[in-house]
Amino acid sequence: MHIIENGNVAAAMGIRLCRATVIAAYPITPQTPLTEKLSEYIDSGQMKAEYIPVESEHSAMAVCIAAASAGARVSTATSANGLLYMHEQVQWASGARLPIVMCVVNRAVGAPWNIWNDQQDSVSQRDTGWMQLYCADHQQIIDTVIKAYWIAEKSSIPVMVCYDGYILSHTYMPFDLPEQEKVDLFLPPFRPDYVLSPAEPANLNTVTLPDTRVDIHGELAHGYMEIRYLLQEDLRNSLELIGQAEQRFSEIFGRGTDPYLEDYLCADAEYVALGMGSITYQLRVSVDALRAEGIKVGVMGLRVYRPFPDEAVAAALQGKKGVIVFEKALSYGYEGALASDLKAALYDRLAATGALPRVRGFIAGIGGRDIRTAELTSSLRSAIQETTHTGPLWIGLNL
Amino acid sequence: MSAKSTILSLPREEYVHPGTRACSGCGLAIAYRVGLKALGEDTMLIVPPSCLTVLQGLFPVAATKLPCLNVTFASTAAAATGIIAALKTQGNDHTTVAAWAGDGGTSDIGLQALSGAAERGDNFIYFCYDNEGYMNTGVQRSGTTPAGAITANTPFRGKPQQKKDVPAIMAAHHLSYVATCSAAYPLDLYDKVKNCLDYPGAKYFHIHIPCPPGWGYEPRHGIKIGRLAVETGYFDLYEIINGKLTLTAASEKLLEKRKLVPVREYFRAQSRFKVLTDEQIEEIQKQINEKWEGYYSTAG
Repeated sequence: MHIIENGNVAAAMGIRLCRATVIAAYPITPQTPLTEKLSEYIDSGQMKAEYIPVESEHSAMAVCIAAASAGARVSTATSANGLLYMHEQVQWASGARLPIVMCVVNRAVGAPWNIWNDQQDSVSQRDTGWMQLYCADHQQIIDTVIKAYWIAEKSSIPVMVCYDGYILSHTYMPFDLPEQEKVDLFLPPFRPDYVLSPAEPANLNTVTLPDTRVDIHGELAHGYMEIRYLLQEDLRNSLELIGQAEQRFSEIFGRGTDPYLEDYLCADAEYVALGMGSITYQLRVSVDALRAEGIKVGVMGLRVYRPFPDEAVAAALQGKKGVIVFEKALSYGYEGALASDLKAALYDRLAATGALPRVRGFIAGIGGRDIRTAELTSSLRSAIQETTHTGPLWIGLNL
Repeated sequence: MSAKSTILSLPREEYVHPGTRACSGCGLAIAYRVGLKALGEDTMLIVPPSCLTVLQGLFPVAATKLPCLNVTFASTAAAATGIIAALKTQGNDHTTVAAWAGDGGTSDIGLQALSGAAERGDNFIYFCYDNEGYMNTGVQRSGTTPAGAITANTPFRGKPQQKKDVPAIMAAHHLSYVATCSAAYPLDLYDKVKNCLDYPGAKYFHIHIPCPPGWGYEPRHGIKIGRLAVETGYFDLYEIINGKLTLTAASEKLLEKRKLVPVREYFRAQSRFKVLTDEQIEEIQKQINEKWEGYYSTAG
């Protein structure tokens, strides 16, 4: 059934369809309509879940961590400083290997205060051991939420579903609402290997030594380093799981695409514009304009930022003359984190071939600065034509 | 409070294995052992970083027989909420959820989450074991360190500020049940835990915990010092049930006797108070006397 709703409602509908049983959230713009909608579902009896109106984002994630440890399918959502306030808990959730799904409605971080969209919030959480999936439209938001639960529960790794504040969260778009029966078929009930319970007492997340240590039965247990290594291994292996999720999803729902990269006119392109989220759809307009000028350029939307799909990215970009990265976040003091990650992937996988695509970075839309398509187009054109630019250039800056 | 337990009437079942990593003479080891006996086996625990984390041992060995979730410093009470929510969705209305946090984890970094859970009325028991400082990190001052106590960051002149009255803060949340206890009176603790189980919503316990390395006394004197705190009228044992405060156990007896041991005896038994002058002790004695005059007049 096709409906027209905003991106936050699409996310809320996805969470409801996944039958999450514990929701904890604290209000922050532009996430609020999502959690208001969940409150509405629960209060009206349309959704059978506990809604916990916590007193902070730190506590929102605490509720999710504890409820998931006790066997509940949980959800929360946040933005900007809310996510930063949660940072300690975000790391705890992945270290404790809990399959929490959290929507991050991307917004600029303070100071100074700014409520508008960029992606500094989620990108700054890149190294927390969570998966990060980015959405470019409302269909992707609702579908990604559903896939995220499956991936998280299969891997015991939490997942952030990221989408641009306002541009996606508050705009209305038609999308197909997945049928409950199909979602139930795709996503079986949450049955974790271990549930904290008096029936089977365990002490979870205790102090763990640098070295391995034998238990009371004489068996060697992991040290902290083994536990952390396994998180990394499982995160890397979850790339395959993300592929399987896409496959399963398309079999059941009849729609699907490349799980890692969303390609627009890249096959014969000499140059590729790369980004995450809604900007990649705007870039399609620029690409159309440049194609009309005879410039062979395409757009690639990165759907999975962590684990980084380096193999897929390198394979897709092999033989290209250049990649131009458009980012709404940066690692202050250097460049956009995506540009750095991309360079590392290309270097690792293509350096031996002697054909490394040139990588150029642009920073755009920081703090919700309007990104004009004409500026995107001219930036893309100049990056293709000029070879001198190093380091990220800022689009739309008025100094 | 109804039945008074005796040492012989306590359940034999132990939920804290022997050989914990607590310091010798640790007051928490007593309170935790007896507290868990009262909570019983159908209990889930939440513990933030604190002396209790140390007491419970190093992975993969654990000193506690009950299921326990270790959580971040500031999130204890919110984690209790999460467990309660999960149990509710599973139709479990019998398991007791109990959080055990230290005084820093309660009165300082954990107060926001505790206040939130109390305001929401989540059905759990919160135990603050108050050894009056950040003892497991090396004796730094906390919100509940008393005035005059020497700590690692009040090293020469003692803490200039008063102890934060956390039970009063929790009582201001209109909880159905708030109690103070002492590791020196474990049977009182046992009876209060049993008693609180009948009350709805969040229940708050504040347990005074003598700490040999933090307070500066020989491990064998812990019970004596814990008792002195009560007998001097310095730390009072009470229950606040639906807003009504009643002195209990040894403090209730003081009400009858109307005779307090001079607080000097409590201070002089510990090296942390060595910089308190006679004048300062006299001032504190005056405050204690005034507080107890209030109790006497209320009792009539």
